[in-house]
Amino acid sequence: MRLRRRDFLLTTAAILGGSHIALADSISGSLPWEPDAGIPPERIKLGSWLYFTSEEARTVEALADRIIPPDPATPGGKDAGCAVYLDRQLAGPYGSQHGLYVKPPFLKGLKQQGPQTEDGPAQVYRKGLAALNRYSSQGQDGKVFAELTGERQDEILKGLESGKLQLPEADGQAFFEALLKDIQQGFFADPIYGGNRDMVAWRMIGFPGARYNYRDWVNRHNERYPLPPVGITGRPEWTPKKS
Amino acid sequence: MSRKLPHKDVVIVGFGWVGSIMAQELTDEGLEVIAIERGPWRDTATDYPPTYDQDELRYRIRHELFLRPDQTTFTFRNKMNQTALPIRTWGAFMPPNGVGGGGVHWNAETWRFLPSDFVLKTHLTERYGADFLPSDMTIQDWGVTYEELEPHYDRFEYLCGTSGTAGNLQGQIQEGGNPFEGPRSRPYPNPAQPQPFSHTLFGKAARELGYKPFPQPSGNMSQAYTNPLGVRLGPCTYCGFCEWFGCGNYSKASPQTTILPVLIRKSNFTVRDNSEVVRINLDPSGKTAAGVTFVDTSGEEWEQPADIVIVSAYAIFNAQLMLLSGIGKPYDPLTGEGVMGRNFTHQTISDAVGFFDNTKFNFNPFIASGSIGMCIDEFNGDNFDHGPHGFVGGGYMGQVQSNGRPIETTPVPSGTPRWGAEWKAAVRDNYLSSVKPGTGVHGSFYSYRDVYLDLDPIYKDRFNRPLMRMTIDFHDNELKQNAFLTDRFAEIIQAMGAKKVDKEYRQGPYDITKYQTTHLCGGVIMGTDPRTSAVNRYLQSWDVPNLFVVGASAFPQNAGYNPTGTVAALAYWAAAAIREQYLKNPGVLIHA
Ligand SMILES: Cc1cc2nc3c(=O)[nH]c(=O)nc-3n(C[C@H](O)[C@H](O)[C@H](O)COP(=O)(O)OP(=O)(O)OC[C@H]3O[C@@H](n4cnc5c(N)ncnc54)[C@H](O)[C@@H]3O)c2cc1C
Repeated sequence: MRLRRRDFLLTTAAILGGSHIALADSISGSLPWEPDAGIPPERIKLGSWLYFTSEEARTVEALADRIIPPDPATPGGKDAGCAVYLDRQLAGPYGSQHGLYVKPPFLKGLKQQGPQTEDGPAQVYRKGLAALNRYSSQGQDGKVFAELTGERQDEILKGLESGKLQLPEADGQAFFEALLKDIQQGFFADPIYGGNRDMVAWRMIGFPGARYNYRDWVNRHNERYPLPPVGITGRPEWTPKKS
Repeated sequence: MSRKLPHKDVVIVGFGWVGSIMAQELTDEGLEVIAIERGPWRDTATDYPPTYDQDELRYRIRHELFLRPDQTTFTFRNKMNQTALPIRTWGAFMPPNGVGGGGVHWNAETWRFLPSDFVLKTHLTERYGADFLPSDMTIQDWGVTYEELEPHYDRFEYLCGTSGTAGNLQGQIQEGGNPFEGPRSRPYPNPAQPQPFSHTLFGKAARELGYKPFPQPSGNMSQAYTNPLGVRLGPCTYCGFCEWFGCGNYSKASPQTTILPVLIRKSNFTVRDNSEVVRINLDPSGKTAAGVTFVDTSGEEWEQPADIVIVSAYAIFNAQLMLLSGIGKPYDPLTGEGVMGRNFTHQTISDAVGFFDNTKFNFNPFIASGSIGMCIDEFNGDNFDHGPHGFVGGGYMGQVQSNGRPIETTPVPSGTPRWGAEWKAAVRDNYLSSVKPGTGVHGSFYSYRDVYLDLDPIYKDRFNRPLMRMTIDFHDNELKQNAFLTDRFAEIIQAMGAKKVDKEYRQGPYDITKYQTTHLCGGVIMGTDPRTSAVNRYLQSWDVPNLFVVGASAFPQNAGYNPTGTVAALAYWAAAAIREQYLKNPGVLIHA
């Protein structure tokens, strides 16, 4: 009997996705389709941090709110759940570079040759967040990043972005680029991953989400699409509220 | 030690578009065929059902349906004097993996190349003189002509149910189609897809500027379709999750939706999934392939003997397998001798992003199919006089925007900060009223002496074999081409009524982190001379006549179109040569 990927996954710790190892099989005679063979995504569970320490999480929430500040109509990165998103991603295959080529030697290359570091995202954040707080608490600020004013936080982020500000024992610019990408991705990804809570990002821009069928609207040019967004697991109103 | 499997007539390496077509054709001939596929079985129910196919993070950002670099990757450098480093995570292109190959998650933009593309060297030399071409450009004629391939293009389009408007029916130019295309024997099997607002507007602007816009040929169904094998596809829903995604609606042409339901039921066909071919085996003479060796996911090694070996593992993997199997003389860029790895090419893509007044324009960018769009072909191939411009080649251009997925498609005007309140407001204000074609300018990439594939001296794969090394950079010819085309394209976006247009030129050096397309070509090229090509005009190895290497690996250079129409036409063409000539008299089809 062929072991389907789903069965295989359910018997391993690889449930977080990304590692779909299946056994080789010889297929002939009929399509090897089976009911319920798919691997639906798992909705993240709210609760304690899986990867971040509480100090790291506080820093990431502060960072998320500078990258995506709250405004009267739309929450910022923190309340949209971007830190939760990032925490769950770092605890999963993304954080550990699952599936990437990580054989040595790690030589320093040209920019166009792509990243050549041994550290995966989980390490980049661990080192980057520590360095950021060391920089702000041991330097002129005398406080950890999350306690600084928004203005000062922006100044530090701009320094990291431009490369003018060097962090102790971490590549500040690479850390910043990872952060920018991940926070924004979490903001726009389906809410099952923890960010874009209540589809706030999709509402902000007018993206209807996972609807999958616009046959009735393809010829209705320059008319606003009337329906609100849905996600993979439905609409916020349909799911029990948890704080 | 490998375990030996029962002998087959044909073994097919890689079960994507080409593998499926070859298997369908050769089983029809009554041959016993086995296909061996590196990745898993894939189908709609298992891998991309409409209940969660719309997951941008999973499929687009985390590459669910693609090869993992730890299974195999390549090293990359721009120039021969640099040290190539491994591609640790995919960027410039994204290798498919699994049954159906790239057919599962392509856009289905289904083009034919121009008649002149197949005789490129001869054509350009006759028109402009040999001195017009850069001295290190190594373009060649294909050894096959458009007229010879036409029936095979036609078969693929009817297999797929391609939706489009003919521009040249048996020599008669048709209103609303592409007037530059080669003559086609009959219309597309389905009418063109209806075009959403921004795509329509592009067509209107292009027409007003004097061009002849036409709908992009699309493998997304404009209506329900039953193909000649009796397999049915449903109408496309413009869901906006097409490129990078499988289709949950059975509306995108793929091996799964056009061939496999028929092929799998044949008693003379078997496919083995999760099995990677590591070597083509030769018999002691070195002139005949004995079969292949593959390794399955449990690490078990198997030998599959066969009379005919078809390599259809996708362009770069074809080249990799040939180099690792030691078949054909490796190309040496210093002497220009050798064939394996020669004339490696990619594509020259750029874009122009238009921002419009959001009180007047609402494009609903999320309403799109993978191959939606209005295009023009005035600047492709040699459709225009290159004399005054000092470059050769070109590409189609168009508003071919296939999605409004918010991680990927939330453009902001240049000058906007990349984060913070201003960025957030710009995202909000521009999402519905901007035009971001993605691959707006789809330019050719011609071949050069110093752009090639060979084996890396440092980095190894999981079997401790050398990774394949890519040496590739943009040359002045392509950068000039791109500047000229991007400017023309931006003029049309401007004429749509944009208040601001950001041009995103393709600039050197070639960057392995920036996605262009997965249209890698060359490395095992076809031609008429065994000194400058690895396979003959029937895709048969010059050195090992029972070995056929089929795919974009055979392109001597890449044209300004997506490759798969031509890849599939070559597959039908090679299959016809095997059925009609080779089987009657197995051996060399062309005596050099
Ligand atoms: C995101 C994306 C969008 C695209 N959009 C378009 C488009 O709109 N229009 C267009 O013309 N083209 C498009 N393409 C390109 C298109 O997918 C390819 O041209 C096409 O799939 C090539 O067919 P093929 O059979 O040569 O290779 P594939 O379809 O890739 O099949 C090759 C198969 O071989 C397997 N394989 C590789 N190595 C081995 C091995 N050693 N042993 C066993 N199996 C092996 C692979 O896993 C794969 O399944 C797109 C590609 C991508 C990635």
